[in-house]
Amino acid sequence: MALILDLLGQAVQMLLVVAVAPLLLGVTRKVKARLMRRRGPPLLQPYSDLGKLLHKEAVLATNASWLYRTAPYVIFAATWVAAALVPTYATGLLFSWSADLIAIVALIGTGRFALALAGMDVGTSFGGIGSSREMLIASLAEPVMLLVVFTVALLAGTTQLSTIAAQMIDAPVGLRVSLALALFAFVFVAIAENGRIPIDNPATHLELTMVHEAMVLEYSGRHLAMIEAAAAVRLVLYFSLLACLFFPFGMATENQSLAALALGLATYLVKILAFAVLLPIGETLVAKMRVFRYPVFLGGAFAAAALAVFLQFVSRGF
Amino acid sequence: MSLFTDIAHLLAAGMLILSFLLLYQDRITATLNVFAAQAIALGLAVAWQAQLQDAPHLFVTAAIALVVKGGIIPMALHRIVRRLEIHREIEQVIGGGPVMLVGLGLVALSIMLVFPVAGSVDPLAREDLAFALAVILLGLLMMITRRNAVTQIIGFMSLENGLVLAATGAKGMPLVVEFSVAFSILIAFIVFGVFVFRIRERFDTVDVGALDRFRGDRGDDS
Repeated sequence: MALILDLLGQAVQMLLVVAVAPLLLGVTRKVKARLMRRRGPPLLQPYSDLGKLLHKEAVLATNASWLYRTAPYVIFAATWVAAALVPTYATGLLFSWSADLIAIVALIGTGRFALALAGMDVGTSFGGIGSSREMLIASLAEPVMLLVVFTVALLAGTTQLSTIAAQMIDAPVGLRVSLALALFAFVFVAIAENGRIPIDNPATHLELTMVHEAMVLEYSGRHLAMIEAAAAVRLVLYFSLLACLFFPFGMATENQSLAALALGLATYLVKILAFAVLLPIGETLVAKMRVFRYPVFLGGAFAAAALAVFLQFVSRGF
Repeated sequence: MSLFTDIAHLLAAGMLILSFLLLYQDRITATLNVFAAQAIALGLAVAWQAQLQDAPHLFVTAAIALVVKGGIIPMALHRIVRRLEIHREIEQVIGGGPVMLVGLGLVALSIMLVFPVAGSVDPLAREDLAFALAVILLGLLMMITRRNAVTQIIGFMSLENGLVLAATGAKGMPLVVEFSVAFSILIAFIVFGVFVFRIRERFDTVDVGALDRFRGDRGDDS
Protein backbone atom coordinates (compact mmCIF):
# COMPACT_ATOMS: atom_id res chain seq x y z
CA MET A 1 0.00 0.00 0.00
CA ALA A 2 2.73 2.43 0.99
CA LEU A 3 4.59 1.62 -2.20
CA ILE A 4 1.50 2.31 -4.27
CA LEU A 5 1.05 5.68 -2.55
CA ASP A 6 4.71 6.51 -3.15
CA LEU A 7 4.37 5.61 -6.81
CA LEU A 8 1.24 7.70 -6.99
CA GLY A 9 3.03 10.71 -5.51
CA GLN A 10 5.81 10.40 -8.04
CA ALA A 11 3.37 9.88 -10.90
CA VAL A 12 1.47 13.02 -9.95
CA GLN A 13 4.68 15.01 -10.16
CA MET A 14 5.68 13.46 -13.51
CA LEU A 15 2.31 14.21 -15.08
CA LEU A 16 2.03 17.61 -13.44
CA VAL A 17 5.17 19.04 -15.07
CA VAL A 18 4.01 17.96 -18.54
CA ALA A 19 0.39 18.94 -18.06
CA VAL A 20 1.17 22.42 -16.79
CA ALA A 21 3.94 23.20 -19.30
CA PRO A 22 1.83 24.43 -22.28
CA LEU A 23 -0.33 26.48 -19.92
CA LEU A 24 2.74 28.31 -18.60
CA LEU A 25 3.80 29.03 -22.17
CA GLY A 26 0.31 30.36 -22.79
CA VAL A 27 0.55 32.62 -19.73
CA THR A 28 3.91 34.08 -20.79
CA ARG A 29 2.61 34.76 -24.30
CA LYS A 30 -0.59 36.33 -22.99
CA VAL A 31 1.23 38.61 -20.56
CA LYS A 32 3.70 39.64 -23.23
CA ALA A 33 0.92 40.41 -25.70
CA ARG A 34 -0.93 42.42 -23.08
CA LEU A 35 2.21 44.45 -22.32
CA MET A 36 2.39 45.28 -26.02
CA ARG A 37 -1.28 46.30 -25.96
CA ARG A 38 -2.33 43.34 -28.05
CA ARG A 39 -5.04 40.89 -27.12
CA GLY A 40 -2.85 37.82 -27.53
CA PRO A 41 -3.83 34.18 -28.11
CA PRO A 42 -6.04 32.40 -25.55
CA LEU A 43 -4.28 30.81 -22.57
CA LEU A 44 -4.94 27.29 -23.82
CA GLN A 45 -3.65 27.95 -27.35
CA PRO A 46 -0.38 25.96 -26.85
CA TYR A 47 -2.44 22.81 -26.12
CA SER A 48 -4.35 23.23 -29.37
CA ASP A 49 -1.10 23.89 -31.24
CA LEU A 50 0.43 20.68 -29.91
CA GLY A 51 -2.73 18.72 -30.72
CA LYS A 52 -2.76 20.06 -34.25
CA LEU A 53 0.90 19.23 -34.78
CA LEU A 54 0.39 15.69 -33.49
CA HIS A 55 -2.33 15.06 -36.08
CA LYS A 56 -0.39 16.41 -38.99
CA GLU A 57 1.85 14.44 -41.28
CA ALA A 58 5.56 14.66 -40.55
CA VAL A 59 7.49 15.75 -43.63
CA LEU A 60 11.05 14.49 -43.83
CA ALA A 61 13.88 15.80 -45.95
CA THR A 62 15.15 13.21 -48.43
CA ASN A 63 18.61 13.09 -46.84
CA ALA A 64 17.37 12.95 -43.24
CA SER A 65 18.90 10.06 -41.27
CA TRP A 66 17.58 8.04 -38.33
CA LEU A 67 19.17 10.65 -36.08
CA TYR A 68 16.81 13.27 -37.39
CA ARG A 69 13.79 11.09 -36.62
CA THR A 70 14.81 9.94 -33.15
CA ALA A 71 16.27 13.20 -31.84
CA PRO A 72 12.88 14.81 -30.97
CA TYR A 73 11.99 11.86 -28.74
CA VAL A 74 15.41 11.86 -27.07
CA ILE A 75 15.13 15.58 -26.39
CA PHE A 76 11.65 15.28 -24.96
CA ALA A 77 12.53 12.24 -22.84
CA ALA A 78 15.68 13.82 -21.36
CA THR A 79 13.89 17.04 -20.54
CA TRP A 80 10.89 15.26 -19.07
CA VAL A 81 12.98 13.03 -16.83
CA ALA A 82 14.93 16.05 -15.59
CA ALA A 83 11.75 18.01 -14.91
CA ALA A 84 10.10 15.06 -13.19
CA LEU A 85 13.06 14.63 -10.82
CA VAL A 86 13.08 18.18 -9.45
CA PRO A 87 10.96 18.25 -6.28
CA THR A 88 7.95 20.41 -6.95
CA TYR A 89 5.33 20.04 -4.24
CA ALA A 90 6.95 17.60 -1.82
CA THR A 91 10.42 16.38 -0.90
CA GLY A 92 11.31 12.75 -0.40
CA LEU A 93 9.31 11.32 -3.28
CA LEU A 94 10.06 7.79 -4.45
CA PHE A 95 12.73 8.71 -7.00
CA SER A 96 14.13 11.68 -5.11
CA TRP A 97 17.36 9.79 -4.33
CA SER A 98 18.22 10.15 -8.02
CA ALA A 99 17.29 13.85 -8.18
CA ASP A 100 20.87 15.00 -8.08
CA LEU A 101 21.63 18.50 -9.32
CA ILE A 102 24.60 17.37 -11.37
CA ALA A 103 22.54 14.59 -12.95
CA ILE A 104 19.91 17.14 -13.91
CA VAL A 105 22.56 19.38 -15.51
CA ALA A 106 23.78 16.31 -17.43
CA LEU A 107 20.24 15.47 -18.59
CA ILE A 108 19.72 19.00 -19.85
CA GLY A 109 23.07 18.73 -21.62
CA THR A 110 22.03 15.45 -23.28
CA GLY A 111 18.88 17.02 -24.67
CA ARG A 112 20.82 19.97 -25.97
CA PHE A 113 23.41 17.69 -27.61
CA ALA A 114 20.67 15.76 -29.44
CA LEU A 115 19.06 19.01 -30.59
CA ALA A 116 22.34 20.37 -31.96
CA LEU A 117 23.01 17.11 -33.83
CA ALA A 118 19.51 17.14 -35.29
CA GLY A 119 19.97 20.73 -36.40
CA MET A 120 23.02 19.75 -38.41
CA ASP A 121 21.66 16.46 -39.77
CA VAL A 122 19.77 17.70 -42.82
CA GLY A 123 22.66 19.91 -43.85
CA THR A 124 20.91 23.24 -44.33
CA SER A 125 22.95 26.30 -43.48
CA PHE A 126 20.40 27.65 -41.00
CA GLY A 127 20.51 24.46 -38.94
CA GLY A 128 24.29 24.65 -38.83
CA ILE A 129 24.26 28.27 -37.68
CA GLY A 130 21.69 27.47 -35.02
CA SER A 131 23.63 24.48 -33.73
CA SER A 132 26.89 26.37 -33.58
CA ARG A 133 25.28 29.23 -31.67
CA GLU A 134 23.50 26.83 -29.32
CA MET A 135 26.83 25.22 -28.50
CA LEU A 136 28.44 28.65 -27.98
CA ILE A 137 25.72 29.52 -25.48
CA ALA A 138 25.91 26.11 -23.84
CA SER A 139 29.68 26.26 -23.41
CA LEU A 140 29.26 29.58 -21.61
CA ALA A 141 26.15 28.70 -19.61
CA GLU A 142 27.07 25.25 -18.36
CA PRO A 143 30.08 26.32 -16.22
CA VAL A 144 27.88 28.99 -14.64
CA MET A 145 25.21 26.41 -13.88
CA LEU A 146 27.79 24.12 -12.27
CA LEU A 147 29.13 26.97 -10.14
CA VAL A 148 25.59 27.70 -8.96
CA VAL A 149 25.28 24.00 -8.11
CA PHE A 150 28.53 24.17 -6.11
CA THR A 151 27.34 27.22 -4.19
CA VAL A 152 24.15 25.53 -3.11
CA ALA A 153 25.94 22.25 -2.45
CA LEU A 154 28.51 23.98 -0.21
CA LEU A 155 25.69 25.50 1.79
CA ALA A 156 23.63 22.34 2.13
CA GLY A 157 26.44 19.78 2.09
CA THR A 158 24.81 17.73 -0.66
CA THR A 159 23.81 17.97 -4.31
CA GLN A 160 20.58 16.10 -3.78
CA LEU A 161 17.71 18.46 -4.50
CA SER A 162 15.26 16.91 -2.10
CA THR A 163 17.67 17.21 0.83
CA ILE A 164 18.68 20.74 -0.14
CA ALA A 165 15.06 21.90 -0.23
CA ALA A 166 14.27 20.22 3.09
CA GLN A 167 17.30 21.82 4.73
CA MET A 168 16.46 25.26 3.39
CA ILE A 169 12.96 25.00 4.80
CA ASP A 170 13.88 23.54 8.18
CA ALA A 171 16.99 25.61 8.92
CA PRO A 172 16.69 29.14 7.50
CA VAL A 173 20.14 30.23 6.40
CA GLY A 174 19.66 33.94 7.04
CA LEU A 175 20.99 36.72 4.87
CA ARG A 176 23.33 35.19 2.34
CA VAL A 177 25.00 37.31 -0.30
CA SER A 178 26.25 34.19 -2.03
CA LEU A 179 22.72 32.87 -2.47
CA ALA A 180 21.61 36.18 -3.97
CA LEU A 181 24.54 36.04 -6.40
CA ALA A 182 23.76 32.43 -7.25
CA LEU A 183 20.12 33.38 -7.88
CA PHE A 184 21.23 36.17 -10.19
CA ALA A 185 23.55 33.84 -12.12
CA PHE A 186 20.86 31.14 -12.27
CA VAL A 187 18.31 33.55 -13.76
CA PHE A 188 20.82 34.56 -16.44
CA VAL A 189 21.51 30.91 -17.29
CA ALA A 190 17.80 30.11 -17.38
CA ILE A 191 17.19 32.98 -19.80
CA ALA A 192 20.01 31.79 -22.04
CA GLU A 193 19.03 28.12 -21.93
CA ASN A 194 15.38 28.75 -22.65
CA GLY A 195 16.17 31.03 -25.54
CA ARG A 196 14.33 34.04 -24.16
CA ILE A 197 15.06 37.70 -24.89
CA PRO A 198 17.80 39.12 -24.72
CA ILE A 199 19.59 35.95 -25.91
CA ASP A 200 17.07 34.56 -28.37
CA ASN A 201 13.56 35.48 -29.41
CA PRO A 202 11.16 32.52 -29.07
CA ALA A 203 8.43 34.20 -31.11
CA THR A 204 10.06 34.53 -34.50
CA HIS A 205 11.37 32.52 -37.43
CA LEU A 206 12.47 35.60 -39.28
CA GLU A 207 15.53 36.84 -37.49
CA LEU A 208 19.07 36.24 -38.59
CA THR A 209 20.09 36.02 -34.94
CA MET A 210 17.68 33.21 -34.09
CA VAL A 211 19.13 30.20 -32.33
CA HIS A 212 16.51 27.67 -31.30
CA GLU A 213 14.17 28.28 -34.22
CA ALA A 214 17.05 27.93 -36.69
CA MET A 215 17.77 24.41 -35.47
CA VAL A 216 14.17 23.18 -35.70
CA LEU A 217 13.30 24.96 -38.93
CA GLU A 218 13.04 21.69 -40.92
CA TYR A 219 10.85 19.84 -38.42
CA SER A 220 7.13 19.31 -38.86
CA GLY A 221 4.25 17.22 -37.58
CA ARG A 222 4.74 15.01 -34.53
CA HIS A 223 8.49 15.67 -34.46
CA LEU A 224 7.91 19.39 -34.13
CA ALA A 225 5.25 18.70 -31.48
CA MET A 226 7.84 16.76 -29.44
CA ILE A 227 10.39 19.56 -29.74
CA GLU A 228 7.87 22.27 -28.84
CA ALA A 229 6.66 20.24 -25.87
CA ALA A 230 10.26 19.71 -24.76
CA ALA A 231 10.85 23.47 -24.91
CA ALA A 232 7.77 24.06 -22.77
CA VAL A 233 8.82 21.38 -20.26
CA ARG A 234 12.30 22.90 -20.10
CA LEU A 235 10.74 26.19 -19.02
CA VAL A 236 8.85 24.34 -16.28
CA LEU A 237 12.10 22.57 -15.31
CA TYR A 238 13.92 25.85 -14.78
CA PHE A 239 10.97 27.36 -12.94
CA SER A 240 10.81 24.29 -10.67
CA LEU A 241 14.56 24.46 -10.03
CA LEU A 242 14.25 28.14 -9.17
CA ALA A 243 11.37 27.43 -6.81
CA CYS A 244 13.11 24.41 -5.27
CA LEU A 245 16.54 25.97 -4.71
CA PHE A 246 15.74 29.55 -3.82
CA PHE A 247 12.07 29.71 -2.79
CA PRO A 248 11.30 26.30 -1.27
CA PHE A 249 8.72 27.53 1.25
CA GLY A 250 5.41 25.68 1.33
CA MET A 251 6.82 22.36 0.18
CA ALA A 252 5.68 19.29 2.12
CA THR A 253 8.72 17.83 3.91
CA GLU A 254 8.31 15.70 7.03
CA ASN A 255 4.60 15.97 7.20
CA GLN A 256 3.29 14.08 4.17
CA SER A 257 -0.40 14.34 5.04
CA LEU A 258 -2.92 15.11 2.37
CA ALA A 259 -3.40 18.69 3.59
CA ALA A 260 0.36 19.38 3.51
CA LEU A 261 0.62 17.92 0.03
CA ALA A 262 -2.28 20.04 -1.18
CA LEU A 263 -0.67 23.12 0.33
CA GLY A 264 2.63 22.23 -1.37
CA LEU A 265 0.88 21.78 -4.68
CA ALA A 266 -0.96 25.10 -4.37
CA THR A 267 2.17 27.08 -3.43
CA TYR A 268 4.10 25.41 -6.26
CA LEU A 269 1.48 26.42 -8.81
CA VAL A 270 1.39 29.97 -7.45
CA LYS A 271 5.18 30.18 -7.59
CA ILE A 272 5.53 29.02 -11.19
CA LEU A 273 2.64 31.21 -12.28
CA ALA A 274 4.38 34.18 -10.67
CA PHE A 275 7.59 33.33 -12.55
CA ALA A 276 5.60 32.95 -15.79
CA VAL A 277 4.25 36.48 -15.29
CA LEU A 278 7.61 37.98 -14.28
CA LEU A 279 9.51 36.49 -17.25
CA PRO A 280 7.64 38.35 -20.03
CA ILE A 281 7.74 41.57 -17.98
CA GLY A 282 11.53 41.28 -17.83
CA GLU A 283 11.63 40.40 -21.52
CA THR A 284 9.64 43.47 -22.48
CA LEU A 285 12.05 45.72 -20.60
CA VAL A 286 15.18 44.71 -22.50
CA ALA A 287 16.18 44.57 -26.15
CA LYS A 288 17.52 41.56 -28.03
CA MET A 289 21.28 41.32 -27.84
CA ARG A 290 23.82 40.93 -30.64
CA VAL A 291 25.35 37.46 -30.87
CA PHE A 292 28.78 38.89 -30.07
CA ARG A 293 27.47 40.25 -26.79
CA TYR A 294 26.51 36.78 -25.46
CA PRO A 295 29.92 36.18 -23.85
CA VAL A 296 29.63 39.51 -22.00
CA PHE A 297 26.13 38.66 -20.74
CA LEU A 298 27.05 35.16 -19.59
CA GLY A 299 30.49 36.34 -18.44
CA GLY A 300 28.72 38.58 -15.94
CA ALA A 301 26.76 35.56 -14.77
CA PHE A 302 29.98 33.55 -14.48
CA ALA A 303 31.61 36.27 -12.38
CA ALA A 304 28.59 36.36 -10.10
CA ALA A 305 28.51 32.59 -9.68
CA ALA A 306 32.26 32.38 -9.03
CA LEU A 307 31.99 35.17 -6.45
CA ALA A 308 29.16 33.25 -4.82
CA VAL A 309 31.40 30.21 -4.42
CA PHE A 310 34.22 32.36 -2.99
CA LEU A 311 31.91 34.05 -0.52
CA GLN A 312 30.63 30.67 0.54
CA PHE A 313 34.19 29.65 1.30
CA VAL A 314 34.83 32.85 3.26
CA SER A 315 31.78 32.54 5.46
CA ARG A 316 32.46 28.86 6.10
CA GLY A 317 35.99 29.77 7.12
CA PHE A 318 37.42 26.78 5.24
CA MET B 1 25.81 33.07 12.59
CA SER B 2 23.71 35.73 14.22
CA LEU B 3 21.79 38.36 12.33
CA PHE B 4 24.31 41.03 13.39
CA THR B 5 27.26 39.37 11.71
CA ASP B 6 25.03 38.45 8.78
CA ILE B 7 24.32 42.10 8.11
CA ALA B 8 28.00 43.00 8.42
CA HIS B 9 28.77 40.19 5.98
CA LEU B 10 26.07 41.46 3.62
CA LEU B 11 27.41 45.00 3.56
CA ALA B 12 31.06 44.03 3.12
CA ALA B 13 30.23 41.51 0.41
CA GLY B 14 28.01 44.12 -1.22
CA MET B 15 31.04 46.41 -1.50
CA LEU B 16 33.00 43.64 -3.20
CA ILE B 17 30.17 43.01 -5.67
CA LEU B 18 29.95 46.73 -6.44
CA SER B 19 33.70 46.68 -7.12
CA PHE B 20 33.03 44.01 -9.73
CA LEU B 21 30.23 46.10 -11.20
CA LEU B 22 32.71 48.98 -11.49
CA LEU B 23 35.03 46.73 -13.48
CA TYR B 24 32.14 45.52 -15.66
CA GLN B 25 30.59 48.91 -16.37
CA ASP B 26 31.72 50.78 -19.46
CA ARG B 27 29.53 53.88 -19.39
CA ILE B 28 31.01 56.77 -17.48
CA THR B 29 27.89 58.09 -15.77
CA ALA B 30 26.87 54.57 -14.73
CA THR B 31 30.36 54.03 -13.33
CA LEU B 32 29.96 57.17 -11.23
CA ASN B 33 26.62 55.94 -9.91
CA VAL B 34 28.06 52.54 -9.00
CA PHE B 35 30.90 54.30 -7.21
CA ALA B 36 28.41 56.36 -5.21
CA ALA B 37 26.55 53.18 -4.31
CA GLN B 38 29.78 51.59 -3.14
CA ALA B 39 30.58 54.58 -0.95
CA ILE B 40 27.10 54.37 0.57
CA ALA B 41 27.58 50.66 1.22
CA LEU B 42 30.90 51.53 2.88
CA GLY B 43 29.21 54.14 5.05
CA LEU B 44 26.58 51.66 6.16
CA ALA B 45 29.19 48.96 6.80
CA VAL B 46 31.25 51.32 8.95
CA ALA B 47 28.17 52.51 10.84
CA TRP B 48 27.23 48.88 11.52
CA GLN B 49 30.77 48.19 12.75
CA ALA B 50 30.52 51.23 15.02
CA GLN B 51 27.34 49.77 16.45
CA LEU B 52 28.90 46.31 16.88
CA GLN B 53 32.19 47.52 18.37
CA ASP B 54 30.50 50.21 20.43
CA ALA B 55 32.92 52.78 19.02
CA PRO B 56 31.16 56.12 18.51
CA HIS B 57 34.05 57.74 16.67
CA LEU B 58 33.47 55.30 13.81
CA PHE B 59 30.15 57.04 13.21
CA VAL B 60 32.20 60.07 12.13
CA THR B 61 34.01 57.89 9.61
CA ALA B 62 30.68 56.57 8.38
CA ALA B 63 29.33 60.10 8.02
CA ILE B 64 32.43 61.14 6.05
CA ALA B 65 32.00 58.16 3.73
CA LEU B 66 28.30 58.79 3.22
CA VAL B 67 28.42 62.55 2.71
CA VAL B 68 31.76 63.13 1.01
CA LYS B 69 32.25 59.95 -0.99
CA GLY B 70 28.62 59.01 -1.50
CA GLY B 71 27.43 62.53 -2.27
CA ILE B 72 29.91 65.32 -2.93
CA ILE B 73 32.62 63.54 -4.93
CA PRO B 74 30.22 61.71 -7.30
CA MET B 75 28.31 64.94 -7.86
CA ALA B 76 31.53 66.84 -8.58
CA LEU B 77 32.63 64.09 -10.97
CA HIS B 78 29.24 64.21 -12.71
CA ARG B 79 29.76 67.95 -13.22
CA ILE B 80 33.29 67.44 -14.53
CA VAL B 81 32.08 64.77 -16.92
CA ARG B 82 29.32 67.03 -18.20
CA ARG B 83 31.69 69.96 -18.66
CA LEU B 84 34.11 67.73 -20.56
CA GLU B 85 31.14 66.50 -22.61
CA ILE B 86 32.10 62.86 -22.23
CA HIS B 87 28.98 61.78 -20.31
CA ARG B 88 27.65 59.80 -23.26
CA GLU B 89 30.92 58.12 -24.02
CA ILE B 90 31.30 54.34 -23.92
CA GLU B 91 34.77 53.51 -22.82
CA GLN B 92 36.86 50.86 -24.47
CA VAL B 93 37.68 48.65 -21.55
CA ILE B 94 40.91 46.81 -22.19
CA GLY B 95 40.29 43.10 -22.13
CA GLY B 96 36.71 42.95 -20.87
CA GLY B 97 36.20 39.24 -20.23
CA PRO B 98 39.82 38.53 -19.24
CA VAL B 99 39.71 41.48 -16.81
CA MET B 100 36.77 39.85 -15.02
CA LEU B 101 38.73 36.60 -14.79
CA VAL B 102 41.77 38.44 -13.43
CA GLY B 103 39.44 40.14 -10.93
CA LEU B 104 38.10 36.77 -9.78
CA GLY B 105 41.67 35.55 -9.43
CA LEU B 106 42.50 38.58 -7.28
CA VAL B 107 39.54 37.87 -5.01
CA ALA B 108 40.68 34.26 -4.61
CA LEU B 109 44.22 35.48 -3.96
CA SER B 110 43.16 37.89 -1.23
CA ILE B 111 41.05 35.22 0.49
CA MET B 112 43.94 32.75 0.35
CA LEU B 113 46.32 35.42 1.67
CA VAL B 114 44.24 36.70 4.55
CA PHE B 115 42.91 33.44 5.91
CA PRO B 116 46.17 31.75 6.94
CA VAL B 117 47.66 35.01 8.25
CA ALA B 118 44.70 36.16 10.30
CA GLY B 119 43.78 32.71 11.51
CA SER B 120 43.32 33.55 15.17
CA VAL B 121 41.27 36.76 15.02
CA ASP B 122 37.51 36.60 15.09
CA PRO B 123 35.86 35.43 11.87
CA LEU B 124 34.06 38.67 11.15
CA ALA B 125 37.23 40.80 11.16
CA ARG B 126 38.96 38.16 9.08
CA GLU B 127 36.16 38.23 6.52
CA ASP B 128 36.20 42.03 6.42
CA LEU B 129 39.94 41.99 5.89
CA ALA B 130 39.68 39.54 3.01
CA PHE B 131 36.95 41.57 1.32
CA ALA B 132 38.84 44.82 1.91
CA LEU B 133 42.01 43.46 0.35
CA ALA B 134 39.96 42.25 -2.63
CA VAL B 135 38.35 45.69 -3.03
CA ILE B 136 41.79 47.34 -2.91
CA LEU B 137 43.20 44.99 -5.54
CA LEU B 138 40.15 45.43 -7.78
CA GLY B 139 40.54 49.21 -7.51
CA LEU B 140 44.15 48.85 -8.62
CA LEU B 141 43.05 46.60 -11.48
CA MET B 142 40.53 49.21 -12.56
CA MET B 143 43.19 51.92 -12.57
CA ILE B 144 45.40 49.74 -14.77
CA THR B 145 42.76 48.70 -17.28
CA ARG B 146 41.02 52.04 -17.89
CA ARG B 147 42.27 54.62 -20.34
CA ASN B 148 39.98 57.45 -19.34
CA ALA B 149 41.38 59.71 -16.61
CA VAL B 150 37.98 60.09 -14.89
CA THR B 151 37.42 56.35 -14.52
CA GLN B 152 40.99 56.01 -13.29
CA ILE B 153 40.12 58.46 -10.52
CA ILE B 154 37.13 56.28 -9.66
CA GLY B 155 39.39 53.25 -9.47
CA PHE B 156 41.62 55.13 -7.05
CA MET B 157 38.67 56.22 -4.91
CA SER B 158 37.26 52.69 -4.73
CA LEU B 159 40.71 51.50 -3.68
CA GLU B 160 40.49 53.98 -0.82
CA ASN B 161 37.05 52.60 0.09
CA GLY B 162 38.74 49.24 0.56
CA LEU B 163 41.36 50.81 2.83
CA VAL B 164 38.69 52.32 5.08
CA LEU B 165 36.84 49.01 5.23
CA ALA B 166 40.05 47.23 6.29
CA ALA B 167 40.78 49.88 8.90
CA THR B 168 37.34 49.73 10.51
CA GLY B 169 37.21 45.95 10.49
CA ALA B 170 40.21 45.90 12.80
CA LYS B 171 39.36 47.29 16.20
CA GLY B 172 40.63 50.60 17.46
CA MET B 173 41.62 52.80 14.57
CA PRO B 174 42.19 56.32 15.93
CA LEU B 175 40.10 59.11 14.48
CA VAL B 176 43.19 61.12 13.55
CA VAL B 177 44.22 58.48 11.05
CA GLU B 178 40.78 58.50 9.49
CA PHE B 179 40.79 62.29 9.21
CA SER B 180 44.19 62.39 7.60
CA VAL B 181 43.20 59.67 5.12
CA ALA B 182 40.02 61.54 4.22
CA PHE B 183 41.96 64.77 3.87
CA SER B 184 44.61 63.23 1.64
CA ILE B 185 41.87 61.76 -0.53
CA LEU B 186 40.35 65.21 -0.90
CA ILE B 187 43.73 66.65 -1.91
CA ALA B 188 44.24 63.80 -4.36
CA PHE B 189 40.80 64.46 -5.78
CA ILE B 190 41.59 68.15 -6.35
CA VAL B 191 44.93 67.27 -7.93
CA PHE B 192 43.22 64.76 -10.19
CA GLY B 193 40.58 67.30 -11.15
CA VAL B 194 43.19 69.86 -12.18
CA PHE B 195 45.12 67.12 -13.95
CA VAL B 196 42.08 66.04 -15.98
CA PHE B 197 41.41 69.58 -17.19
CA ARG B 198 45.08 70.07 -18.06
CA ILE B 199 45.20 66.91 -20.19
CA ARG B 200 42.00 67.99 -21.82
CA GLU B 201 43.43 71.43 -22.63
CA ARG B 202 46.57 70.02 -24.14
CA PHE B 203 45.33 66.99 -26.06
CA ASP B 204 41.60 67.56 -26.58
CA THR B 205 40.84 64.23 -24.88
CA VAL B 206 40.93 62.65 -21.46
CA ASP B 207 42.17 59.38 -22.90
CA VAL B 208 45.52 58.94 -21.18
CA GLY B 209 46.69 56.85 -24.14
CA ALA B 210 47.38 60.21 -25.79
CA LEU B 211 50.14 60.82 -23.24
CA ASP B 212 52.10 57.85 -24.56
CA ARG B 213 53.29 59.78 -27.56
CA PHE B 214 55.09 62.23 -25.32
CA ARG B 215 57.07 59.75 -23.31
CA GLY B 216 60.73 60.57 -23.57
CA ASP B 217 62.29 57.18 -23.03
CA ARG B 218 60.56 55.39 -25.88
CA GLY B 219 62.72 55.67 -28.97
CA ASP B 220 61.17 54.90 -32.32
CA ASP B 221 63.84 52.34 -33.12
CA SER B 222 63.26 50.16 -30.08
